[in-house]
Amino acid sequence: MMNPSILNIQNLCCGYPKFQLSEINIDISKGSFAGIIGPNGSGKTTLFRAITGTLGIKSGQILLGDKNLWSLSPRLRAQSIAIVSQFIDAGDISVEDYVLMGRIPYHSRFSFFESEEDFSIARKYMEMTDTLRFRDQLMSELSGGEQQLAAIARALAQQPELLLLDEPTSHLDITHQVHILNVLQHLNQEMGLSVLMVIHDLNLASEYCDRLILVDQGKIHVQGSPEEVLTFQNIEDVYKTVVVTQNNPLSGKPAVFLATRKVLKEIEEKLAKPQ
Amino acid sequence: MQKKYLRWLVYLAGLIVLLIASVFLSLSIGEMNLGVSDIFRVLREGNDSMEYTILSQIRIPRVLLGIAVGGALSLSGILLQGVYRNPLVEPYTLGISGGASLGVAFAIVFGLHQLVGSFVLPVAGFAGSFLIIFLVYTISSRSGRINIQSMLLTGVMISFIASSSMMLLMATTSSENLHGIVFWIMGSLDEPDMSLIYITLIMAIASLAASYLFVQPLNALRLGEEKAKHLGINTDTTIKLLFLLASLLAGVCVAVAGVIGFVGLIIPHLMRMLVGSDYRILLVSSFLSGSIFLVLSDVIARTFISPNELPIGVITGIVGGIVFLLMMSQSSVNSLKNNG
Repeated sequence: MMNPSILNIQNLCCGYPKFQLSEINIDISKGSFAGIIGPNGSGKTTLFRAITGTLGIKSGQILLGDKNLWSLSPRLRAQSIAIVSQFIDAGDISVEDYVLMGRIPYHSRFSFFESEEDFSIARKYMEMTDTLRFRDQLMSELSGGEQQLAAIARALAQQPELLLLDEPTSHLDITHQVHILNVLQHLNQEMGLSVLMVIHDLNLASEYCDRLILVDQGKIHVQGSPEEVLTFQNIEDVYKTVVVTQNNPLSGKPAVFLATRKVLKEIEEKLAKPQ
Repeated sequence: MQKKYLRWLVYLAGLIVLLIASVFLSLSIGEMNLGVSDIFRVLREGNDSMEYTILSQIRIPRVLLGIAVGGALSLSGILLQGVYRNPLVEPYTLGISGGASLGVAFAIVFGLHQLVGSFVLPVAGFAGSFLIIFLVYTISSRSGRINIQSMLLTGVMISFIASSSMMLLMATTSSENLHGIVFWIMGSLDEPDMSLIYITLIMAIASLAASYLFVQPLNALRLGEEKAKHLGINTDTTIKLLFLLASLLAGVCVAVAGVIGFVGLIIPHLMRMLVGSDYRILLVSSFLSGSIFLVLSDVIARTFISPNELPIGVITGIVGGIVFLLMMSQSSVNSLKNNG
């Protein structure tokens, strides 16, 4: 049986005067680990901002579970969706205080102090993301990857149903990329947390996501399993780059290999010779 | 109890002790020096003595106004810096002082204070600052939501227009009026009207209480407007209300005590260095240390060339600026040591 849907986008149209997303239909079921991919300027971030509620929509609707996203109060929305932005920029806030900010959606205007429960929730997610050892350090003293992990801990402290991430692995080396994606995979599989992330690296997207949405020129080009989406034809159509896809011998997931101009030329020359 | 809360308690207690100490210092020092025990004795014995008159007519009103204006300007500064996420913003950046000065200059040049009475000056000052606040607010929220950067720019521009208009008035008026305007602009805690002092004090304390209703949004705004929204904060409403609260507060201060600069800029900075950037402790500690700073500045203003009085705005600028530079160089030395 299919899991019930966690995010259901119907005929969404939104954007800016010079750039529009249109005819967006996405249905992500609970417990999915989904990725939005696409070239720069394709509309990934616009779509992301519409889902996070920071960009108004022109038509269509976004359902979160069975509730309309826009009918939820900002506080309730923040209790259901947690967002990890690409840039953290939390400066002179200590890691523990930063993670505790994830509890803000649960506080009333009159509660000035965090409860013991807030502290234990923050501690639990800092442990889970391996950031507890930094808890008294300032966010600005952490490396990019560590800040990203702290941001994930902060998002988890919101105890959301859906975790949204905007390019969580860009600017990171492969060790940290894999570490962060492993943490997310663990949360997804052990806690049943639904994850939706914008990601640039097609091979990482293929390895970790069970569902991919390929966006191009403000529309969804194709969506489905990595095998359905990451075909050389789709990638050439959207990215205008010649590639070869082959399955990763270890995981069986499709992997994308680049064909550079030089290599293509050599192949052409080889093919031309016998005649 | 969490370590953090314990630390806050220590800061709070320390600042309250300092405030009490500076209040007693201010009450005892002057042309006639009084010991702390004298102060209690004179106040107990009541109304005939000269000491009683000095305390009740001069020193106590000044101390009360110092607490109110120092606290209010500093609170206004920290709120605006929080809303704009810009450490260089202070109550006067947005033209609040320019508007008040223009109002007062207008009243003096056209002789309104002689026609109607001296209470016209604070009223004109408040009207001037209110006009500016209204202009900045409506111009920058025309599209329904406030754009913080354009609001800042609008404020700075309107501030220029207001101060240039005031200079125009000053250039064309008599030297007697000119003296009156300049003296008012430099600021003073000398306010004969006791009820005005009470109003300012009550407003300052009420605003401190009100600002605590926004302490969660302010903390979330430390991450930026969009991320605060992600945490469920209604940032538009927060920014609008805090802007109005902070600027009206500054408007009242300028109307009552003239343009006392630097308090709203320097005290919040010093407090950030000292207590950290969490607004739950930052708001109250900024208020208290603003009060301490202004009460002590007033002691210097009254006693430095006694029996004459220096304008308090000059003292806050010079002393505050030097203390701030010293703290800055100290903290950069420390950070160099830590990094090296």
